[in-house]
Amino acid sequence: MKIDVDLTICLLHGQCVIAAPEVFSFADDGSLVWVTDPDEGLRADAEAAADACPEQAIIIS
Amino acid sequence: MSGPSIIIVGASLAGLRTAEAIVALRPDARVTLVGAESHPPYNRPPLSKEAIQALADGSAPPDAVFEKLLLRSRLNPEDVNLRLGRAVTGVESDGVRLSDGSLVRGEWIIAATGLRPRRLPIPGMESVRHVLRSFDDAQGLAAELQPGKRLLIVGAGFIGCEIAATARKLGLSVTLVDPTPQPMLKALGARVAAAMAQLHRANGVHLILGRFVESFTDGSAILDDGQRIETDLVVEAMGSRPNTEWLSGTGADLEDGVLVDGRMVAAGTENLLAVGDVARFPNPIFDTVPRRVEHWSIPGVTAKRAAESIAALTDGKEPDAAFAPMPSFWSDQYGMRLQAFGAPTLAETQTVIEGDLSRVGTEPVIVEYARDDRIVGIVGLGANPASLAKHRSRIADASTPFAAV
Repeated sequence: MKIDVDLTICLLHGQCVIAAPEVFSFADDGSLVWVTDPDEGLRADAEAAADACPEQAIIIS
Repeated sequence: MSGPSIIIVGASLAGLRTAEAIVALRPDARVTLVGAESHPPYNRPPLSKEAIQALADGSAPPDAVFEKLLLRSRLNPEDVNLRLGRAVTGVESDGVRLSDGSLVRGEWIIAATGLRPRRLPIPGMESVRHVLRSFDDAQGLAAELQPGKRLLIVGAGFIGCEIAATARKLGLSVTLVDPTPQPMLKALGARVAAAMAQLHRANGVHLILGRFVESFTDGSAILDDGQRIETDLVVEAMGSRPNTEWLSGTGADLEDGVLVDGRMVAAGTENLLAVGDVARFPNPIFDTVPRRVEHWSIPGVTAKRAAESIAALTDGKEPDAAFAPMPSFWSDQYGMRLQAFGAPTLAETQTVIEGDLSRVGTEPVIVEYARDDRIVGIVGLGANPASLAKHRSRIADASTPFAAV
């Protein structure tokens, strides 16, 4: 599973950080960081994060 | 044996997510998704912000604006029978009746019909009075948002305030009227609301609080104190009403939306569920009082919950664990992000834990909301998402003793 975030449309709502804390988090400077190649076992969380993104900025492939 | 047949009424965020969740859990389910609007499911929050701005300033053609709003979906076309452009008029013993007279049969009905804007019950100036809920509403309003025009917004909730901010950016002269003492007062409480009032005034909005529109005459609104507001355009943004009339006779409690339990099953019924803006559900994070929650995150979580419930119930089981979603909402005004977690509306006290409310819009501010010495909400105004995330986790921590009761 590959995770990509389109940072040109991400507005840092942080919904993904709530839905999938093992995949998405905030760095101290407030920027979004994420695991680009997470374990397949985190797919449900990652999909929930993609659904929860108000900007639909998360792409899972 | 064929799977359950499920009718989802309402093809917006909640309806779409419910369909996806059901198909994921029960691939054998036969799902029909009915929507009153002719548009496929789309995202509404940008309507009062980026979408209406792009439609008004012509920076993107309407098709391109809609394309950005369109909700991406994991559904394949064959997964769901999609019936758009048809409202449901009523529930019958074996299904729901559509506005075109046809009957859709199904064993389960999921109400995802959302809300419609409240209207001012007074006549006058009808041709220039708008509401904003749908893409069609946005197109109609945007066509009138020209620089220099005078816009009167009735209602200083989130939608009214966001439209005010967008209209100022577009160069309109904006008056915002509300009967309460501060904008967004119920959601944010007095101190933060007062700071937001300051932000609107600093951006040139003529804010008239504690007043309401009593009548419209030619080109003017007359307020209850006799004040006359000359205007070219009016937006009514006084909140919304749940679309539940079609459910009368089902036995469901339709007092304010559809009363459901933690499974999303409507009280007094066996096969009716509700999701999204119309669902009035209890949240053990806070207490046992069922409430409707008009936040963007709620359609997604209630949709998933309803699908889990149907999957369990059709197997003769009960869905496990309590349903306790962490509410969150946001608003963008004048380039400042307001981000809230929990239920600030339930708080008795507000404490500024970072920054200074008199500097809202220029410096980050974080406010903590408490009730009975428990943290029930966190609001950030232009705040660093990392600090907000840290504070957010304290709401859930604080709630544990209650949820365990």
